[in-house]
Amino acid sequence: MQKEIIIAGFGGQGVLFGGQVLAYAAMDNGKEVTWIPSYGPEMRGGTANCTVVIADREIGSPLVKNPPLAIALNLPSFDKYEELLAPGGTLIVNQSMVDRGAKREGIHVIMVPCNEIAEEIGDRKLLNMVAVGALLTALPEIKVEDAEKALEDHLPARHKHLLPKNFEALKRGFAHAQKEWDKAPA
Amino acid sequence: MPKELWKGNEAIAEAAVRAGLGAYFGYPITPQTEILEYLSRRMPELGRAFVQAESELGAINMVYGAACAGVRVMSTSSSPGVSLMMEGLSYIAGTEIPAVLVNVMRGGPGLGNIAPSQGDYYQAVRGGGHGDYPRIVLAPASVQEAIDLMGLSFDLAEKYRMITLVILDGSVGQMMEPAEMPPMQEAKRKGFDWATDGAMNRERRVLSSIYLNPHDEEQTNFRLLKRWKDAQASEVRYKEYFLDDAKYIVVGFGTAGRVALSAVREARAQGIKVGLLRPITVSPFPYEALDQLTGQAEAFLVTEMNMGQMLDDVQLAVRGRVPVEFYGRPGGVVPFHDEILDEIHRIASGPLAVQSNPRESWLARMTA
Repeated sequence: MQKEIIIAGFGGQGVLFGGQVLAYAAMDNGKEVTWIPSYGPEMRGGTANCTVVIADREIGSPLVKNPPLAIALNLPSFDKYEELLAPGGTLIVNQSMVDRGAKREGIHVIMVPCNEIAEEIGDRKLLNMVAVGALLTALPEIKVEDAEKALEDHLPARHKHLLPKNFEALKRGFAHAQKEWDKAPA
Repeated sequence: MPKELWKGNEAIAEAAVRAGLGAYFGYPITPQTEILEYLSRRMPELGRAFVQAESELGAINMVYGAACAGVRVMSTSSSPGVSLMMEGLSYIAGTEIPAVLVNVMRGGPGLGNIAPSQGDYYQAVRGGGHGDYPRIVLAPASVQEAIDLMGLSFDLAEKYRMITLVILDGSVGQMMEPAEMPPMQEAKRKGFDWATDGAMNRERRVLSSIYLNPHDEEQTNFRLLKRWKDAQASEVRYKEYFLDDAKYIVVGFGTAGRVALSAVREARAQGIKVGLLRPITVSPFPYEALDQLTGQAEAFLVTEMNMGQMLDDVQLAVRGRVPVEFYGRPGGVVPFHDEILDEIHRIASGPLAVQSNPRESWLARMTA
């Protein structure tokens, strides 16, 4: 088993932390994992992305050109990864930040209004956790409970009060994506 | 100890602390600044020495001083900063004292960029500083390997009274992976019989790299080379993948090596008899292992994140008996595994000729 995931968006959207949650959950499930960031020119406001590779064996390349799984939190990332996604792959798109639907055939594009869902929960910064929750519908190796446990075990103590809302964001994202899958033609 | 998710740079810092690092001197430069930042908290907390020097020149000369006193000492920097340290490094080599220098390499030459690169292989392996001196160079490809090699770097530096460099590209420094830390060692001076650590009740010692009489300097050079022979005989390390029946052999270190692993696995799944040798010590280099593999190999492919530097060492081992081909991405570009897979396909579909300079045909392909 090897799965590669790219999470992309603007700096400040929680791209890197979203990937770390996946990495922690994979590690705690006994998997090999790599997490590697790449930044645009500035940390805030530029494009940021990270690549997470999860596997059962020693991981070779920590980077991947055509990932089977990706999260696009803004329009530039949607444009980029809709093209680069591996055939048959799944792209979670933050619908709140794009003004178009999917163009490419042969991949699964799951639209999730991450900003709106996060705002409903009461913290707009949780949009990354909504997207990660949605991604988990296409990543059976990590369950929502695994991601919750990863947050619980690895979040610094001073952030522990944020856990319930993070859990809610993961669950809401997962549920929304699940509905989109159910709607999609087989 | 359980595995934790460590970022490469911070893992290197903590591993050095665990190895009994007594003093650290450095100067910030991307992409290694997290090492310095981490140690600026950690070292004072343990009552050990941390100094952010006024420059890289200051830092390496502080390392020189602490090394003379028999302290486990290191500095860390990135390519342009390491260039600034070369004079001091040569003095440390000439004085025959142990010190560790980590280079988290970035794109160059010049100011270059802050992207991952392996462009400083020659500088590390061939010397960099002036004069004729050997040095041990370790090249980790993962966070765990970086941790393990930090401990080893101090042991080897002290065993051979020699500089040990640890070279990694920025992506190993910035990457997070699950890794396990070794137990904590105290920062204790070992009472080396050469250290200038206070001459109470004993003869005074002098440490210097000055030998005004050329014959004395020549003897010093011989002494360095003899010690290097011992290191060559005992310290070569590398990792093999799928080499048993391999007809085509990829050679790559650090990140280029692990990207090649992905390509080799995919080629194997397609039925191509290809394997990988990933040097862990690039100095001493695994010449002997490659020499032996030349018997079974139809061709070698060297992959690097530079314009072909380790390529020279592979060619020295293969000595023109079979073709050695090259694929590199210089300037801070990290190759994707499919690029190396394409190269494996090209080589496996032959025919190839032995070339004296495989860079020329590589450059022609890259710029076509």
